[in-house]
Amino acid sequence: MTPERPNIRFIQGNETIAEAALYAGLRFYAGYPITPSTEIAEILSRRLPEAGGTFIQMEDEIASLCTIIGASLTGLKAMTATSGPGFSLMQEAVGYAVMAEVPSVIVNVQRGGPSTGLPTAVAQGDVNQARWGTHGDHAIVTLTASNLQDVFLMTVEAFNIAETFRTPVILLFDEVVGHMREKVVIPAPGEIEIIERLHTSVPEGTNFHPYLRREDGRLPMSDFGGVHRYNVTGLVHDMWGFPSTDPSIAYDLIHHLVDKLENRADSIARYKEYFIDDAQVLLISYGSSARSALQMVVDRRKRGIKLGLLELQSLWPFPAETVRERCEGRTHVLVVEMNMGQICSEVKKVVTRPERVFLANRFDGVFISPTDILRVLHMIQGRGV
Amino acid sequence: MPVKDYLRHRFLPHIWCPGCGHGIVMSGMIRAVEEIGLQKNEVVVVSGIGCSSRMAGYLDFHTMHTLHGRALAFATGVKLGRPDLTVIAPMGDGDALAIGGNHFIHAARRNIDLTAVIMNNRIYGMTGGQGSPMTPQGMRSTTSPQGIADPAFDLVELAKGAGASFVARTTTYHAQEMTRMIAKAIRHKGFSVVEVMSQCPIYYGRHNRIGDGVLMMKEFRDRTVPIGSKKKETRPDLIERGIFVDEERPPYSNERADGDETV
Repeated sequence: MTPERPNIRFIQGNETIAEAALYAGLRFYAGYPITPSTEIAEILSRRLPEAGGTFIQMEDEIASLCTIIGASLTGLKAMTATSGPGFSLMQEAVGYAVMAEVPSVIVNVQRGGPSTGLPTAVAQGDVNQARWGTHGDHAIVTLTASNLQDVFLMTVEAFNIAETFRTPVILLFDEVVGHMREKVVIPAPGEIEIIERLHTSVPEGTNFHPYLRREDGRLPMSDFGGVHRYNVTGLVHDMWGFPSTDPSIAYDLIHHLVDKLENRADSIARYKEYFIDDAQVLLISYGSSARSALQMVVDRRKRGIKLGLLELQSLWPFPAETVRERCEGRTHVLVVEMNMGQICSEVKKVVTRPERVFLANRFDGVFISPTDILRVLHMIQGRGV
Repeated sequence: MPVKDYLRHRFLPHIWCPGCGHGIVMSGMIRAVEEIGLQKNEVVVVSGIGCSSRMAGYLDFHTMHTLHGRALAFATGVKLGRPDLTVIAPMGDGDALAIGGNHFIHAARRNIDLTAVIMNNRIYGMTGGQGSPMTPQGMRSTTSPQGIADPAFDLVELAKGAGASFVARTTTYHAQEMTRMIAKAIRHKGFSVVEVMSQCPIYYGRHNRIGDGVLMMKEFRDRTVPIGSKKKETRPDLIERGIFVDEERPPYSNERADGDETV
């Protein structure tokens, strides 16, 4: 048998997200138009029905996320996509998906904020909103990527993590990643593992507890319309899914919601390392900023300057152990991002020498360049910390 | 099957106050499901937040108690995910028409094949008796001690205007009529709305000195008339009950979204 020719495409970031979602088994999409994510909805309005799935344009982003949560409970892999203003509207339903433990994937192609901000300009200002946008103690998974091959992979991973841990997963991309065009090799079916929902093996007529916790953090589900009838609620609930105000039930539930992800931060951690073994200065970046960071690392290496890059692909749970380890023994750590230091402050929290951590950033809607980063590097080295 | 067999006894007693009308509506909804002959596994009940929305938990169907005002958005996802299931959304008046007003009009416009049973008790009960968009002008609540200044919605007119293909109104006093209307609404293909005027003696009744649950239900008897009643000509303040809209229109479906070539 001759091997099949690889499926190589030259496509846009938003198209890559749509393709990857279909690859992961997307069956339901609900969304509302917003720049710079709209192409995802446009593409899926055509491609998803062709693949036997359902597309619906909702009246707003609140409804969009609520609708995919409803669809997910019928057993379908479901996604919505938006940008900052829409992501703000979705926050109450993010909390619902966390509390009710409903697998769901939410794409946020970031733009400048706050408010309507800079609709077509790049920014990475929603990092903390992804973490703490919805109220109450909780944990959340947030993935990102800097190139389209990784966008494909992280999108598939988002579905896998959502299904594994019955959790919403946020794909936090940015305008540059969403709108740029690049070569993408579409993996052959089976090349990336697809994780399917864990269904209960409890037979009909036997009590099924939809919220009975297991040590591996996975809770088997039963689809609406199936043989097990149960209640789903955003209130604190017992293992039946019924509301409770019992302090011990509340304590255990909140602990579970946080622990199932935070205690697995290391296994959920996704990152890439470039030239870090002998690096004196370590750059930490993510999303499109990491492209400029990598460019600068490569350029400086040519001149014998030992820089390295840790590219984070999972932002939440924050990969604290990985970051702490990689920062040990460096003369400086330089966090490169397009906001006022949202990941920089996380890095400072976890390293042993926070005074050695510096920020190279832009938040004016202009893409951060290697020169911008170099300027900061010269400045901190001139100080001779 | 008796009504009690549709309830999750584990989760009772319910939270409703003595004299509340919501239990009558729950019973009507169960009788309607029984009359149609639906199996429990074929029914999904999706509610929002409020006194009436607690109904979802008590019913032995697939149930979902969601966010304030968002029941119809969640229900849309369930219905499109499993079009073969019957989806019923019990809602309150504040839930459906204030915070959920946008979802309500768009579910009506799309003609999503589900049934909204809106328990209109003219007040926010769960938070202690604040004015809602259904509190009649001049009536008192904890946020309108001098009488509410702004006019209320007419739910039937709103649903008609938004394009609902089945619109009905009844009251908890007219329990058998209510059961028939809910059954008809469930059978209807498309978005169906049943407004059930329900009594809240503890907040609405007390603030407005109407009296207890029984007196409030007598008010429903005396202040409503069937559609087209002669009485209404001499007394325009009477509220009409009955089926206002019952139209055959193709409900929203995946096929239709994909472009129906037969049209």
